[in-house]
Amino acid sequence: MKLAASNITHRYGPLPVLDDVSLGVAEGEVVAVVGPSGCGKSTLLRILGGLERPDAGTVATEGAAPARSLNPITYVFQDFALLPWRTVAGNVRLPLEEHTMPESERDAVVRDALNRTGLGDFAGAWPRQLSGGMRQRVGIARALAVRPAILLMDEPLSALDGQTRELLMDDLIALHASGELSTVYVTHNLDEAVRLADRIVVLSRRPGRVRAEVRLDRPRGERRAGDAALVAQARDLWELIRADAAAADRELAR
Amino acid sequence: MTEPAGLTTKPVTFRGDLFLPRTRRVAGAAALVALVAFWQLASSVGWLDPVMAPSPREVFGSLFALARSGELAGHLAASLGRLFGGFAIGATAGVGFGLAVGLFSAVRSPGVAVVSALFPIPKIALLPLFILWFGIGEGSKLATIAFGSFFPTVVATYGAVDGVDRSLVRMGRSFGLSSWSIVRKIVLPGALPGILSGLRIASSISIVLLVAAEMIGANRGIGAMVLAAGNLMQSDRLLGGVVVLSLLGLAIAGLLGWIERKLTAWR
Ligand SMILES: Nc1ncnc2c1ncn2[C@@H]1O[C@H](COP(=O)(O)OP(=O)(O)O)[C@@H](O)[C@H]1O
Ligand SMILES: [Mg+2]
Repeated sequence: MKLAASNITHRYGPLPVLDDVSLGVAEGEVVAVVGPSGCGKSTLLRILGGLERPDAGTVATEGAAPARSLNPITYVFQDFALLPWRTVAGNVRLPLEEHTMPESERDAVVRDALNRTGLGDFAGAWPRQLSGGMRQRVGIARALAVRPAILLMDEPLSALDGQTRELLMDDLIALHASGELSTVYVTHNLDEAVRLADRIVVLSRRPGRVRAEVRLDRPRGERRAGDAALVAQARDLWELIRADAAAADRELAR
Repeated sequence: MTEPAGLTTKPVTFRGDLFLPRTRRVAGAAALVALVAFWQLASSVGWLDPVMAPSPREVFGSLFALARSGELAGHLAASLGRLFGGFAIGATAGVGFGLAVGLFSAVRSPGVAVVSALFPIPKIALLPLFILWFGIGEGSKLATIAFGSFFPTVVATYGAVDGVDRSLVRMGRSFGLSSWSIVRKIVLPGALPGILSGLRIASSISIVLLVAAEMIGANRGIGAMVLAAGNLMQSDRLLGGVVVLSLLGLAIAGLLGWIERKLTAWR
């Protein structure tokens, strides 16, 4: 399934946040959206998944979702958004409870999702008992359990420390190895973008506009952290947004 | 780094006392025992007039006599029936209405306006009206208690609903949960701690209203028993009734605390 946003413009009250942004994700493609903080990345992602109505512009999918998909467009949140009163397994089960299926199948789906994210031994744990990295794994397991066609990830690694981030990055690369998951990956971290993305969309400071698009041709599986080519790419991106980031940093919060 | 000779070392003084008192159940019980013991001492030594302020021994003695004759059970049954009946009606309606105020724009402003206007009325002032409407019997007492526990429950419930993390609701929406599922699985559990603390307040208010209502128009119930004892200058009986009310309040608080611990084990 493809996802395409055309000419998205959005404002919060008097504050223009997005200005005529168009963005498409092809089947199995990973698109990273980078830009200085406050430029409207999260807003764009909410609009892409139908959680927010844009002032102007449209979002449309193209092609049917696989029949087995329970929630074709699925989010992974920066703050994990786990229910603290549900165990790890209970959180993964939550979206499945919305669908009629035999209890045994539901259990199997939950178990499979937990195993794929290395959480098999933590099914009965409470979210508060887990480290940040493990909590985000629960968020990813919950997303996988509904078999999405399109994954929308809002800074999924930004709340984690550098080492945990590195571990989860490897998991995300493995997740996309099959090439079936179209993904929009929002981040302010350029290293993450050059490791994961097939294409990077660079937004300007608020109001966000598409400033540049960079295609990365090297297969994801061959990229290694610290590769000279990746470092150079990240540096080029940084040169592109440096002035914007500095200006955004000096803006008054609202 | 080598230390120059003659410099004195000084330990850094601790200044991290954060006023975080710890719970010690034994100390709590001991305080109550000490209070009763001091009261008994004051009576035994003769500081207290035995007619105006009987000793604990006399109070508990008359309480046991009341219990043995079955009189106490009768009063207690009448009071408990009113209390739990009225509280159950008021709390259930209050949680329901509070949820509606917390969730729906259409209910919010009208609901808050009505609650703000009616909350400050001393509910016991409405008892005469309720007697006109529901008769002098159980109806008017149930209505007073239900009315009294309704408002604090509403206020606590919608406050708690407002406090539920909207990012969790957004998560529920993004996974296609129905509105009913979101209320049941996200809003209610998230609001539960706040709702329970509202129920604590509502339960104390209910006891106050129970006794007041029983003093105005009842011949059975702890409140009626206390009033009758006062009219007959039976201060030991009177205080016995007061002790029962205190124990009743303790028991309800303990019950709510137990329910809270069961339901919020995830914290
Ligand atoms: N619900 C909202 N109401 C008002 N302003 C908002 C809201 N959400 C975001 N904003 C503002 O819109 C701008 C873009 O926010 P966001 O999309 O979260 O940026 P980013 O994710 O790129 O950091 C920010 O200035 C933010 O303060
Ligand atoms: Mg953001």
